[in-house]
Amino acid sequence: MLEGILIGLQTALSVQNLLMVIGGCLIGTFIGMLPGLGPMSIIAIMIPVAISMGDAAAALILLAGVYYGAIFGGSTSSILLNAPGVAGTVATSFDGYPMARQGKAGKALTIAAIASFCGGTIGAVLLMVFAPMLSSVALLFHSAEYFALMVVGLSAIAAFAGTGQVAKAIIMTLLGLIMATVGEGALFNMPRFTMGLMDLQSGFGFITLAMAMFALPEAIFLVLNPARSAQGDSGDIKDLRISRAEAKSIAPVIGRQSLQGFFIGVLPGAGATIASFLGYAVERNIAPKAEQDEFGKGSVKGLAAPETANNAACTGSFVPLLTLGIPGSGTTAILLGALIALNVTPGPRLMIDDPQIFWAVIISMYIGNLVLLILNLPLIPYIAKILSVPRNFLIPFILFFTLMGAYIGQNNATELLLLVGFGICATVLRFADYPLAPLLIGFILGGMLENNFSRSMQLYDGVSFVWERPMTLGLLIVAALLVILPSYRARRARLRAKGVADGD
Amino acid sequence: MALDRWIGLILLGIFLAYGYAAWFTMDASLAPFMQRNPIWPSTFPKILSIMGILCALVIIAGLEKGEAKIGDIDYRRLGDYHLGQALGLLALMVAYALLLRPGGFLFSTTGFLIVGSVILGERRWITMIVVSALATGVVWYLVQEVLGIFLRPLPGFLGG
Repeated sequence: MLEGILIGLQTALSVQNLLMVIGGCLIGTFIGMLPGLGPMSIIAIMIPVAISMGDAAAALILLAGVYYGAIFGGSTSSILLNAPGVAGTVATSFDGYPMARQGKAGKALTIAAIASFCGGTIGAVLLMVFAPMLSSVALLFHSAEYFALMVVGLSAIAAFAGTGQVAKAIIMTLLGLIMATVGEGALFNMPRFTMGLMDLQSGFGFITLAMAMFALPEAIFLVLNPARSAQGDSGDIKDLRISRAEAKSIAPVIGRQSLQGFFIGVLPGAGATIASFLGYAVERNIAPKAEQDEFGKGSVKGLAAPETANNAACTGSFVPLLTLGIPGSGTTAILLGALIALNVTPGPRLMIDDPQIFWAVIISMYIGNLVLLILNLPLIPYIAKILSVPRNFLIPFILFFTLMGAYIGQNNATELLLLVGFGICATVLRFADYPLAPLLIGFILGGMLENNFSRSMQLYDGVSFVWERPMTLGLLIVAALLVILPSYRARRARLRAKGVADGD
Repeated sequence: MALDRWIGLILLGIFLAYGYAAWFTMDASLAPFMQRNPIWPSTFPKILSIMGILCALVIIAGLEKGEAKIGDIDYRRLGDYHLGQALGLLALMVAYALLLRPGGFLFSTTGFLIVGSVILGERRWITMIVVSALATGVVWYLVQEVLGIFLRPLPGFLGG
């Protein structure tokens, strides 16, 4: 491990990669602050840039920087405007915005910055400990277990979709899987479901699909309903200091939520959004009676809890990606797609085959968190000025970057028409409350799922691997339970519909 | 019937068509030696189609009762929102897709950004033209020179 850390330090501390971290964090913070643009949209837009750099370590460092920069930036607009840019920071606005209205915006931003820093850093330490452990276990896995594990991941995503949403999430996953079967696969040398169209021979473009699922509907929603991009005057932000008593009261919150957030982030399907809501709820419940009444009215604990949890969860979500090659959320799914495009296959072999990538990413997380802290404290009043860019200029630019992203990758104008077509479909699906992240995750995992399934079928000459390998059977049973339990529970308790949102 | 169930119906159609292709048409072109294989190119799609059809039926039948949530946009009152602007921008994107090659990157993009702002109600012409032209130039420079991806700058008749 020590050797790995040294390799990571060597890679991460190169001038180019340091610039990537700083650049990624800056871009993420800037764009994440804009209401309506979440980390998924931003990363989707940044992918063509990352891929054309050609260096996998630098690309992943850049994209990871954008990821936590976006979560960080989202908290700024939550606090200042009550307009969360990111689903993961909705809980931040519960207490952050009341604080800002009491004239304590500077203090709220400081607490958010410190809580995020601690959450992210503790998360990175945990990642360093747990990822190699999980990775060595994962090396024992056979393709049958991989198949089962992916089924578990996909059903967990459906299970976390929320009340009344399980069937919709599953059908979206299946839609993603069938879209992945279009084109010529590696295993069978024949084109499938192309309907004779040459353009579909190599399947659907992953960037096009990512843009169409997230960036485009978000932009259309912004156009349809101007209130979403609520703009306000950020005004003067001063008094950034927090008192000793406040620091004392948030310290245990930060400690608890770093751990809790990290482990929630590790679970497939549960990302920063769920971690932040759960963190907020847990801290409110265990707080003393007098402080409980403060929650929702500008409590420092209520602000620190979701901020710590969402950053720790972001780090946690890298564990399944880096060790198993299975993304747990839409954002990590996009990262996985980018890595595959760069000819790197994340999974248990990553640590052995490309230790410089694995460790450089982890080391760059520390650097990224430090950069964000330095960035956020003194620069926030200036960065917040971006909130006053008029939407008449902003929206055409968002659309243009979406189009450019799809075009640069393929240099094919047909791709742009596909993008608009899928974008319209995605918008209609969002109207009807169908979650879109499962579709993209299904699409990205589809090829791997089928390959592992086919390989096990060939090895065992049939489906007998399901009952001959206990681990496979166990994992498949877990997957089935994950799908059945929520719908069973939903029948009994239809009270808690709120609090679960897709979008991280 | 609510929109989500209508969509369920459309999805059912998609899965039925997909399933038809997987079950009945795909295997015809399978080479004889492939038929000995325990797995065929159509095996996985067959499984997916069955699961998809079941799932679509669950949605259409409304077996899973969730409370009717109204999200950020209530599609039942779509007319209350800026629908014209959204449709205008979508049409603009299609036009951009068709014009990008023949019109060259610089002209199409500047035009796209200006018309986009106009659709959203912007009327400060000078600012608009300056900002769009500047942004187009910067993006073109970055993509062409820094990333090294060729973007045809000018229309064909100008030698681009």
